[in-house]
Amino acid sequence: MKQVTRLGLGLLLSSSVLAAHAEEVKIGMITTLSGGGSHLGVDVRDGFMLALEQSGRDDVEVLIQDDANRPDLARSLANEFMQRDEVDILTGIIWSNLAMAVVPTVTRQGTFYLSPNAGPSDLAGRMCHENYFNVAYQNDNLHGAMGAYMREEGYEHPIIMAPNYPAGTDALAGFKHLYEGEVVGELYTQMGQTDYAAEIAQIRDSDADSLFFFLPGGMGISFMKQWESSGVDMPIFGAAFSFDEILIKAVGSAAIGARNTSLWAYDLENEANARFVEGFQAAYDRMPTLYAAQGYDTANLILSALETAHPDDKDAFREALRAADFDSVRGEFRFGPNHHPIQDIYVREVVEGDDGEPTNRLIGIAIEDIQDVYFEECQM
Amino acid sequence: MTNNTSLTNGASQAATADTALVPKTGSHFDRKGLVQMALLGLLLLVPVAAYFLGHIYYVNLASRITIIAMAAVGLNLAIGYGGMVSFGHAAYFGLGGYVAGISAYHAFDLTPFMTWPFSLPGSDSLLVVWLVAALLCALLALAIGAISLRTTGVYFIMITLAFAQMIYYFANSWPTYGGEDGLPIYIRNTLPLVDSSNALTYFLICFVGLVLAMAITSRLMKSRFGAALTMARLNDVRLATAGISPYPIRLVAFVISAAITGLAGALYADLNGFVSPNMLSWHFSGELMVIVILGGVGRLYGPLAGAVLFVMMETFLGGVTQYWQLFLGLVLLGVVLFAKHGVMGWLAGRERNE
Amino acid sequence: MSVTLLIEQLLNGVQLGTMLFLMASGLTLVFGVMGLINLAHGSFYMVGAYATAAVTASTGSFLIGLGAGMAAAAMVGALVELLVIRRLYHRPHLDQVLATFALILIFSEGTRWIFGSSPMRLSPPSWLTGFVTLPGDTRYPIYRLMLIGVGIVISIALYFLISKTRLGMRIRAGESDREMIGALGVNISKLYTVVFALGAGLAGLAGALVGALQSVQVGMGEPVLILAFVVIVIGGIGSIKGALLGALLVGVVDTLGRVYLPIFFRAFMPPSEATGVGAALAAMLIYILMAVILAFKPKGLFSAHD
Repeated sequence: MKQVTRLGLGLLLSSSVLAAHAEEVKIGMITTLSGGGSHLGVDVRDGFMLALEQSGRDDVEVLIQDDANRPDLARSLANEFMQRDEVDILTGIIWSNLAMAVVPTVTRQGTFYLSPNAGPSDLAGRMCHENYFNVAYQNDNLHGAMGAYMREEGYEHPIIMAPNYPAGTDALAGFKHLYEGEVVGELYTQMGQTDYAAEIAQIRDSDADSLFFFLPGGMGISFMKQWESSGVDMPIFGAAFSFDEILIKAVGSAAIGARNTSLWAYDLENEANARFVEGFQAAYDRMPTLYAAQGYDTANLILSALETAHPDDKDAFREALRAADFDSVRGEFRFGPNHHPIQDIYVREVVEGDDGEPTNRLIGIAIEDIQDVYFEECQM
Repeated sequence: MTNNTSLTNGASQAATADTALVPKTGSHFDRKGLVQMALLGLLLLVPVAAYFLGHIYYVNLASRITIIAMAAVGLNLAIGYGGMVSFGHAAYFGLGGYVAGISAYHAFDLTPFMTWPFSLPGSDSLLVVWLVAALLCALLALAIGAISLRTTGVYFIMITLAFAQMIYYFANSWPTYGGEDGLPIYIRNTLPLVDSSNALTYFLICFVGLVLAMAITSRLMKSRFGAALTMARLNDVRLATAGISPYPIRLVAFVISAAITGLAGALYADLNGFVSPNMLSWHFSGELMVIVILGGVGRLYGPLAGAVLFVMMETFLGGVTQYWQLFLGLVLLGVVLFAKHGVMGWLAGRERNE
Repeated sequence: MSVTLLIEQLLNGVQLGTMLFLMASGLTLVFGVMGLINLAHGSFYMVGAYATAAVTASTGSFLIGLGAGMAAAAMVGALVELLVIRRLYHRPHLDQVLATFALILIFSEGTRWIFGSSPMRLSPPSWLTGFVTLPGDTRYPIYRLMLIGVGIVISIALYFLISKTRLGMRIRAGESDREMIGALGVNISKLYTVVFALGAGLAGLAGALVGALQSVQVGMGEPVLILAFVVIVIGGIGSIKGALLGALLVGVVDTLGRVYLPIFFRAFMPPSEATGVGAALAAMLIYILMAVILAFKPKGLFSAHD
């Protein structure tokens, strides 16, 4: 498995062919390795490859390609994997809009797709498919869980904010669904916005007692830095997408004290997680993010199903996936009827670590056994 | 135009240099003719062979190249022949794509596109989609062109970019048709008599589209209109002294250019089964320009050569290294610095009027 | 909606405008003097931010980092001018667009190769954090006030540089007649390198200053680049005065649009729809502004050049 390690270490190779065997399984991974937000794709890939390496199997071949965060390119790569390489399983896509471009055709053509990140509502509801499994979360999960947590904690006047695009409006709707109370305001920002002075002034001007925001990636970094220097004193809450270990290191002290919901935490105590976190740090010399955990779980789910059946036997393999008989790093994990997870969502707080750098610390459970609201629309 | 025949003659000489789709007899076997025939022949034969060898992927790749080439043929009419450097052609490509997507969406859902002032249903017919896409793109280009063509030079580049950005942001945040998530087309739009969902058939449709677009460009540039457009690019003062206003000539060329690019966009949406605001982004406008320049500006076969090279690099470099865009940049830089007249200039030699 | 909020938002608009001016002034100088369209100008912004982040992290001093960022951007600019750009002056705009588009790809992916995919840490120094209370009980971050201050100082410095110094005289001569200054015995290629490096340095300074408030990551220069182009086109390409006015106009219109358009639509629409429509229109606002200005003044407000 030398090649796997080299690949996982993120050297030049982004596509590699491993030793050929009889009955070997081919997995195609389309993920974002270049351009903005590429640290998510890199972590999904590294987590996935770590699980394969730890399993010691050499009959699983993984082909990896970079979609550069472009839906048309992702679509073309999916065709390449299915039509030229004849892969058994596809995985890897990070973004909802790319998933919407790729997943429906893949599953309709009979190939399995396992999502290591992103769970748009359509794929959980009216467009669900028996060959599609989401091993990460439905997009509303973390926002809804934060709504439940903030109500529980007694915040009565939150102001909420997200970019003006489908995932943003869904996030706020998901939050409100489980928060159930009145919010004092909703702010929509622009996609890719870098300056939040105008929004911060509005937040200060409002009567809110707390702020919930969904600003993934660089948008979250910009916002939190500007929030700190504005001197507004209000507790802030969000989903893990703005608070992964890499982002909060880039934000610095401004992130300290923020609470965020996540389906996983590195200090979650279970055997599988200990093995994952130690293995990841040893192999890549950095702290894993939730994306790495999702990639790791995705690979382990596949490996567990391969123990029972080969993907050529579609019905048997699908049943094996549905059983989800693997040790998830997030503890309990099972699939709902629409092949989306039913799982606990945790709350983490950003604190100053032993090395003085900000890090996430697990502080509790936001909501147990959360399930998306779309499964009733799903007919397979 | 009747009052000045010498002008049209002079200009049409300048314009004939590279407007013949099929080289005239006798010039079949010169270097340029051979390169052009080889290019078109390979584009047709490779996917056909791949199809019968069972490699569907390469057929779809060829369709992608063909469609991108067609979009670039449209842009080349504006940039190369008309001298109008549009940095906003993604707007037409995306609009064409959205026509295909929205039409299929309503046909699939059996909901009308609009109910007032009259009920307009969706349609899954490719012919309807193409017609509407070309017409809407032409209308949009008429509006944008009418304002933009009052400016010249860098201002023109930037105002076309501004209009495209407006449409991009609009599509990104308008939720009805998916916003940033885009809009899937579940079942490819159909044509009477042929099976458009077959990969080879669809490639052939695209191929015919490309050849037609090139033929239209070729005919147009050989006509008196083309002569006037060339003169407007080379010396609009002289054109104006001949009693012809360059503005309407440019505007018409700009509109035709947009319609061709819009048609390509509709084909692209159906090929991918998906349309998203990405098709409208300034990056795509930039890529289209890059393809035109890469192939050779103002050369009939330039966009085709550029599209082949660009899509192949994008596809195969991506499999070699995750830093493929760095090498793509280096190749592009090499072309602009050392192959001044694009790939076609390098393969087929310089134009007589260069 | 109080008056203090309006004042604060105006300040925010001015602050955005001053940073846009740092970007736009270099872009417009390079176009005015050399006639070059430089799409890679945003890359110098990124280089400045990355260099500042790296040096600040290793020295612990934001000021040293700032100097290093500006110097690094200027040096990279000079290098790019010597290796690539000077071959493009006599080429059509199209070739310049292609070459500088290629430079964007090279810079972005090169930066990612060297620094990795993760965003870099860069925060304002502790002596610049916090806020001041302005009349009317408006609280405003010190760092943003400092940005406005730097913007004003640079504008004045540029004014003196161009109107009072020998270098400025040559730049003005280059803008009005490129052939003539060659005939006068001025070393044109040296002048061009200096002007290009100056523009790159200003972009690097903007990247470094703004980087402390934003995410320092690959591709951070692209949205700013597009805005800077809008600014110089509105102001009139080649005109420093136009760039300043255009930058302030774009900064204020963009900021106020984002705040007040959703409120405006709420007057006659259900709140959730109004916010969406308002935000969508706010995103398009500066492009609409640019199209309207160009429709009436095809060469911008203060055209110095074609």
